[in-house]
Amino acid sequence: MVFARTYDRKCTALQRQGRLATYSPFEGQEAAQIGAVAGLEPHDWVVATYRDAAMMWAQGYPWELLIAGRTGDERGGSPPEHVPVMPPSITVGGHMVHAVGIAWAEKLQDTGRIALTSFGDGATSEGDFHEAMNFAAVFDVGCIFLCQNNGYAISLPRELQTRAETIAQKAIGYGMPGVQVDGNDLFAVYEAVKEAADRARAGEGPTLIEAVTYRIGPHTTSDDPSRYRSDGETEEWRRLDPLERMRIYLSERDAWDPEWQAAIDSEASAEMDRAVDLAERMPPLGQGRILDAMFESLPPELARQRSELVEET
Amino acid sequence: MSVVTMARALNDALDVALEKDSQVMILGEDVGRTGGVFRVTDGLYDRHGSVRVVDTPVAESGIVGVAFGLAVAGMRPVAELQFMGFSYPALDQVISHVGRIRNRSQHRFTAPMVIRIPYGGGIGAAEHHSESAEALYAHIPGIKVVVPSTPYDAKGLLLAAIADPDPVIFCEPIRLYRSLKEEVPEGWYEVPIGAARLERVGNDLTLVSWGAMLTETRAAATLLEEEDGVSVEVIDLRSLVPFDADTVVTSVKKTGRVVVVHEAPRTGGFGSEVVATISERCLYSLEAPPERVTGWDSVFPLKRSEAQYLPGVDRILRAARRTLGT
Repeated sequence: MVFARTYDRKCTALQRQGRLATYSPFEGQEAAQIGAVAGLEPHDWVVATYRDAAMMWAQGYPWELLIAGRTGDERGGSPPEHVPVMPPSITVGGHMVHAVGIAWAEKLQDTGRIALTSFGDGATSEGDFHEAMNFAAVFDVGCIFLCQNNGYAISLPRELQTRAETIAQKAIGYGMPGVQVDGNDLFAVYEAVKEAADRARAGEGPTLIEAVTYRIGPHTTSDDPSRYRSDGETEEWRRLDPLERMRIYLSERDAWDPEWQAAIDSEASAEMDRAVDLAERMPPLGQGRILDAMFESLPPELARQRSELVEET
Repeated sequence: MSVVTMARALNDALDVALEKDSQVMILGEDVGRTGGVFRVTDGLYDRHGSVRVVDTPVAESGIVGVAFGLAVAGMRPVAELQFMGFSYPALDQVISHVGRIRNRSQHRFTAPMVIRIPYGGGIGAAEHHSESAEALYAHIPGIKVVVPSTPYDAKGLLLAAIADPDPVIFCEPIRLYRSLKEEVPEGWYEVPIGAARLERVGNDLTLVSWGAMLTETRAAATLLEEEDGVSVEVIDLRSLVPFDADTVVTSVKKTGRVVVVHEAPRTGGFGSEVVATISERCLYSLEAPPERVTGWDSVFPLKRSEAQYLPGVDRILRAARRTLGT
């Protein structure tokens, strides 16, 4: 969680310096993301969004590629071969059906692997949420739907997103279990995901988990949350900060000391410096490369356009 | 080898693919128990079982999005959408995900999948059942768009599409499902995607078409040869993406005259791409302005007005004669 927060703040700082494109911070949601992956096996799929870097990293996605994507480089979407994490979905909600298909494919191929898809409260209003939940239940696939209900979809508060009392209760309509957990409690999220993963792996189908959390920062670096919520509200949630809660939990058990914390902080900081350096030192894609990954091999028209591009730019 | 309809040839292709490759699966609305609204998947459910031939809920975006996930994780899904007019709910998946994943992940993830879509008019169907939106799909980067016009090509192109490492939108002309028969080989064979077919060789005029409009185009070519003594070259594009521009350009350089025929609306139709390519690559070989004979920029009409809309042999003949100056 410390690494995740360090990354998150680093990215916001880099964006302010003009070194990254728009950034979507996840501060406050670290427990929901790290806790979720803790409940998975390393070979399980993660199909997540632009606010889920912590989760993607926890499942093996290198920081430097997450950063490269933010610098505006397509190679940021290409994790190493052994990392079962899809590049982040930028459109809202469309990726949930992919996780269902992936989980279905793993079931058909009898690999024992499952899929977890992460999305926000806003995405539950998308039609694809409905289609994904319905398909997953009908075909009984091992897909975990993790909703990080962080209170807002850009400016729209959760109460105006749906009249349902909870997101979790939506599971009932699809004939699958729905669970609501404290999303700022690492252990609660872990336990809910682990249980859902065990069920999924045993062929008992999908689960919807609502992790109730809060987006401390803006929707993106282009957003101004003061237009739609009060500082007081944000301060209330800061008191529930998942990192601080973990610190208190460990302190109470004599498992924390400031030196250890300082060592982790500086390790995280060094790791992010390394990752930023790697990402920023990646040479540009090269002239014409934007056409090379459209198909496995270049059709004649694209080859023609590629020559034209190389000649003229 | 047997003489079969296009529907039968497609059915055979799917059967052969299911037989040969355990990763191939079929999914869509009513494709299992009833064999699909056009019975193209007839009997496959019984032969290959409900795990591989899957009846899905009524949700086009879900079908395509789930097929995408299946493809990413190693399957070879062949999704069926019942009519092109019902394919639009899935357009977001096609544009935002299916056509982009290879690029977005720089080849790390791919979506080798086929989306079969019955399309086109001519059977007096209900509203939304006669759409011809192939140009919409052709405009989307990262997907191939294929349109067979004969049973032989239908089977060979479908098998090529299933074997293709990239996503393919496979447009099946509804009007041709059962209107013509030809000899189709048994077993697996592929017709290459991206290669047009010279349906007829000629010297004076080039007719370019695809899908169901080949019927009228062919008939017009015969009349032009018999009545006007004109030697007509007919090109069946078969693939819109990749577009076999070389075959068209070579032909037009030879004949100097060209008419493009399609049933989709004219503005932004794929005929525009064909004519633009001709203008760029062989304008000085032209003896007359190219002509487009197309559907109108109207909503596809209901049964009683369908004949006003669909290009008939007469319209093709008039356009051809204008280019010939006769």
